[in-house]
Amino acid sequence: MERKGKLRKSVRDQDQEQEQESSVRPFWSGTLTFGLVSIPVNLYPANRESRVSLRMLGPGGQPLSREYYAPETGEDLESMETIRGYEVRKGKYVTITDEELERLAPEKSRDIDLRVFVKRDEIPPLYFKRAYFLTPADKSAKAYRLLAETMDRTKRAGIATFVMRGKEYLVAIFADGGILRANTLRFSDEIRTPQAVGLPKKKEEQPKGLVRQFESAIARLTRKTLDPKEMRDEYSSALLKLAEKKHAHHKDVVETPATRRPEKVVDLMEVLKRSLGQNGKKTKRAA
Amino acid sequence: MVRPEDHKHVGREDIRKGYEIEPGEFVVIEEQEAKKLQPKESREVRFTRFVPPLAVGNEWYERSYYVGPDGDESKYFALAEAVRNKNVRGVARWTMRGKSYAGALLAYDDYLVLIKLRYAEEVLSARELPAPGRPLDAKELRMAEELISALEGQFAPEQFRDEYRDRLMKFVEAKARGKRPRLPTLKARATGASVEDQLAKSLKALKRGKERKVA
Repeated sequence: MERKGKLRKSVRDQDQEQEQESSVRPFWSGTLTFGLVSIPVNLYPANRESRVSLRMLGPGGQPLSREYYAPETGEDLESMETIRGYEVRKGKYVTITDEELERLAPEKSRDIDLRVFVKRDEIPPLYFKRAYFLTPADKSAKAYRLLAETMDRTKRAGIATFVMRGKEYLVAIFADGGILRANTLRFSDEIRTPQAVGLPKKKEEQPKGLVRQFESAIARLTRKTLDPKEMRDEYSSALLKLAEKKHAHHKDVVETPATRRPEKVVDLMEVLKRSLGQNGKKTKRAA
Repeated sequence: MVRPEDHKHVGREDIRKGYEIEPGEFVVIEEQEAKKLQPKESREVRFTRFVPPLAVGNEWYERSYYVGPDGDESKYFALAEAVRNKNVRGVARWTMRGKSYAGALLAYDDYLVLIKLRYAEEVLSARELPAPGRPLDAKELRMAEELISALEGQFAPEQFRDEYRDRLMKFVEAKARGKRPRLPTLKARATGASVEDQLAKSLKALKRGKERKVA
């Protein structure tokens, strides 16, 4: 669906968002509800970047940076205040404050309100976008545990929409061994049909022999589980190995005064364990 | 890209790439070196194994693509049928523009869909995490189960619309016309009741709702 106009976000906002994603703070804090039961939760990303990122360097090896500036005046954006603008017509912008964005969301829509529970394998994979973990934001974590355990037992996933930072999301909530996970989903108008993609219609009958041939080939290759070794990012690890080898041989190493503060390496798993922490450890010992 | 010290623009042909191995210490990786590490181009999708659907958890999913027939339609639809009959996901690897990908093939209606999967390094597993909270009592569990089954339904994505977007559009248009639409003020949430009370109230409210529907 073609959307009219585009919400232009300030450069500073985007930077903040990226920073947030890699920091120890939760991505979002709010309330998960089912019926009249409310569960305060924190949302953390469940995916981390695997790609080895290379920095752009100048001819002499000095790290370069990107700079944003106003095209008419050439003024550097760092020195200016930036705001959100919405282009209603070409060249005409309406400004929107963060507060307005937040107040536009009706109170109920700021919660993840699980209005319907579906069989957890009923959602077509085409809908899935990003994975998150939900951790309890209250000490007792009682309602959290109750929902997780019940969803585990009944093999259900909860479906909801909610507004986060000026955007509405469709999410599915899953329970996985006592942990609640969230997955953002596409809205149905973002899913293309096979016809829209131009795939041909199936002709009536397939030669039975051919189908059977494929079936037995599949049966020969069928195993019970995934092999994580087969899922590795080989290019990134090769790149990392090369960098380490060159570093050990002092080859092509450029030293520059560290201009920006070194990026904090955050172990997301540790953050999550801590966040599930106090209560989690007790249960483990009890089990 | 600019040199931060004097804001001087550096042209694309002069840019090199480096990996920051220690803060401020870069190992330069030449384009040729990086290219050598890339997998060989190929038009082949290689299946390493087939697994039951639940073996590929949805936390691996990144993006889905329709796979279409390239010439032999009957082979394509026969494979789709075989994948559906066997109720499996095919684990595949392929190379595209110098990168290698992992994916899962599945049957979707009459067609084949390939889900691009995240790399193993990118996926955090819930199984490594401790479950929070204390053991629950049977009564609460029973009530929660009752509540969830009362809220049971089918996945009907077309019932969910991006309503916020519509509100935002209306608000922006009103502002463009020079109006100042009133917005609700934000209120703090009231909490208090115990989980058991909340469950009981929910069930009561649901029952009341159903009775009304029947009447």
